[in-house]
Amino acid sequence: MTITDEELAEQRADIDKIEAPSRFRVVAGRFFGSHQGRIGFALLGLMFLLAFAGPYAGKWSYTDKDFMAFLQPPSPEHWWGTLQTGADVYAVTLRGMQKSLVVGLLAAVVGTTLAAVVGAFAGYFMGWTDRALTWITDLLLVLPAFLILAIMSPLFAGGQWPLFVLVLALFLWMVTSKIVRSMTVSLKEREFIQAARFMGVPPIKIIFRHVIPNMSSLLVVDATLNVSAAILTETSLSYFGFGIQPPDVSLGSLIADGAKTAVYAPWTFWFCAGLLIVTVLAVNLVGDSLRDAFDPTAKRCGQ
Amino acid sequence: MAGFLLRRLLNYLVLIVVATSLAYALAASALDPRSNYEGRNPPIPPAVIDARLTELNLNDQTPLVERYLTWAGDVVHGDFGKTVTGGSVNEDLGRRIGVTLRLITVGLVLGSLTGVLVGAYAAVRQYGVFDRLSTGASFAVLAVPTVVLANILIIGAVWFNELVGVQVFLVSGETTPGLEGGFLTQLVDRLQHLILPTLSLSLGLIAVYSRYQRNMMLDVLGADFVRTAMAKGLRRRTALIRHALRTALIPAVTYFAFTFGALLVGTTFTEKIFGWHGMGEWLVDSISTNDVNTVAAISCFAAFAVLVASLASDVLHAVLDPRVRVG
Repeated sequence: MTITDEELAEQRADIDKIEAPSRFRVVAGRFFGSHQGRIGFALLGLMFLLAFAGPYAGKWSYTDKDFMAFLQPPSPEHWWGTLQTGADVYAVTLRGMQKSLVVGLLAAVVGTTLAAVVGAFAGYFMGWTDRALTWITDLLLVLPAFLILAIMSPLFAGGQWPLFVLVLALFLWMVTSKIVRSMTVSLKEREFIQAARFMGVPPIKIIFRHVIPNMSSLLVVDATLNVSAAILTETSLSYFGFGIQPPDVSLGSLIADGAKTAVYAPWTFWFCAGLLIVTVLAVNLVGDSLRDAFDPTAKRCGQ
Repeated sequence: MAGFLLRRLLNYLVLIVVATSLAYALAASALDPRSNYEGRNPPIPPAVIDARLTELNLNDQTPLVERYLTWAGDVVHGDFGKTVTGGSVNEDLGRRIGVTLRLITVGLVLGSLTGVLVGAYAAVRQYGVFDRLSTGASFAVLAVPTVVLANILIIGAVWFNELVGVQVFLVSGETTPGLEGGFLTQLVDRLQHLILPTLSLSLGLIAVYSRYQRNMMLDVLGADFVRTAMAKGLRRRTALIRHALRTALIPAVTYFAFTFGALLVGTTFTEKIFGWHGMGEWLVDSISTNDVNTVAAISCFAAFAVLVASLASDVLHAVLDPRVRVG
C-alpha cells in the first residue's frame, strides 16, 4: 500500500497545525498548572498592587501626623488605626512595604547576577582566576554578614538606600556562585561550547552568550528565593535600626515599634507583620513552583 | 591525605586572619568610640578622653595601622583587648559563649530531630494528609521571620499568663534574679525561661530540616538498594529505617554541624528579644556602644565557628559515607 500525495498533504496540514511549544510556554504552562504557582503568583501580584496603588486610595500620606488621634484603633478615618506618633498605620505600612519589596527585588537581582558572573568566570578560566575568586567567595562566607551590614549602617542614612541594596547583595551570592562554578566546569566540555571556542569566539563572549544562558533556570529560581532572603534580612536589620534609616520607614522598623505596643494596641503590630509574612510566603511559593516547572524530572501529579 | 588536610587547615587559618583583620579595620574606621564620652554633663576635658581612649587602644588620633598592630600583637598572645567600659573582652567572651550554648543546644537538638522525623515520615507517605499538612506548615513557618515569630510568641505567652492567672512562661532573661530556693525551684525557673526562646529557635529549624529531609528521603526511596532490601525479605519498616533513613540522614547530619557553627553567633534576634546575654546580643550591643575590640573578637569567633563547623561537616560526611573515603 502506498501513500498517495493527497494523503501526505493532509497529514502535513495536520502537523503544521501543531505548534512546537516554546520553552517559555512549557514552563509557564507547568507553572500556572500547579496550585502553588497560581496562589503564589496571585498573592504576589496583590501585594504589589496594594503597595504601589494602595497609597492613592488612603487619605493620609506616610509623613502626615494626626495630632487628634494617638494610638487609635481602626476607624473610618484611619482604616488601620494610628501609631503613638499619630501616623496613619495604613499609609506607613504600605510605604514600608514598597521599600521592602524594592530593596528585596533589587538585592536579589544584583546578587544573582554577581553569582552567575563570578561562578562562570571561575569555572571557565580555572587556574589562578578560579583560585582567587573561590578564595574571595570563602572569605565572604566567613565574614558575619549581619555584623558588617550593621557597622556600615550609618552610611545608609539620608536616602542612601541604594548603597544598602548593594551591600545586602554582596552577602547573597556566595553559595549560588559555587553551584554555578561546578556547573560551568561540566558545561565547558560540551560540544557547542567547544565548537564556539574553536571558531574563535572570545572567552568573555562565550561566557555571556553560551554558559550563563544555559543556567537560566537555576538563576531564575535562585533570584526568586533570594528576594525572600533579602526581604527577611532587610526587615531584621531594620528591626534593630541598622537598615533603612528614619525618617524613611520599612516593615522591619514598623514591626520593632509595633512589638512594643502590640499587647494593648494589636493593630500597630499585626498589619505590618501579617503583610510581611504573606509577601515572603508568596515569593517562596512562586520560587518553589518555578523550580518544579523548570525541572523536567520533577514528579507532577495529574500529568 | 595529610598534605591535603594541612593545606586546608592553613587556608582556613589565613581566612580567619584576613576576615578578622577586615572586620577590625572596618569597625575601627566606621565606629566612633569618642562619641561615647562626648555630650556628657559635665563635659569631660578632651585630654582626659584622649588618655582614656589611648589606654583602650581606641584613640582615633592614632593612625589606624598603629592601632591595628597593637591590637594584632595582643591577639597573637591570646588577648582580645578591652571593651569600651574597660573590662576584658576575653572574660566576656567566655561567659557569653556559655549563655549561647545553653540557649541553642536544646533548641538545635529538638529542632533537627523533630524536623528529620517529620520530613522522613512525610516522604514515606508522599502526597498523603500528613505530607500536605507538614509541607503547608513549613512553608508558613519559613515565611515568618524570627523577629516576628519571637514577638508573636511573647504576645501569646502574655495572653496565656493572663488567662491562667499564673506566670507560666517567663519572657525575659535566663533566670529570675535573686530567686531563693533549692535546686528544683531553680530548675523550674530556668525551664520557664527556656521554653519560649527554644520554641522560636526550633520552629524554624523544624521547617528547614523537614523540607530537606523529605527531599533526601524521596531520592533514596526509589533507589535500588531499598528495593533489594525489601526483595531480600526485610519488612518494609526495617528496610525503610535501616537502609533508607540511614542513607538519607547523611546530609542532615553534615548540615547539623553547619547549623551549630552558624547559630553560635546567629541567634541575635532570639537573644536580643528574650533578653539572654549571649553572643548574638553582644554583637548588637557592641555596635551600638562603638566597641571596636569586641566587634573584632566576635568576627574572629564567628569565622572560627563557621570554619570548624564546615571542617566537622566534611569529616562527618567522610565517616558516614564510605564512598567519600574511597573517592
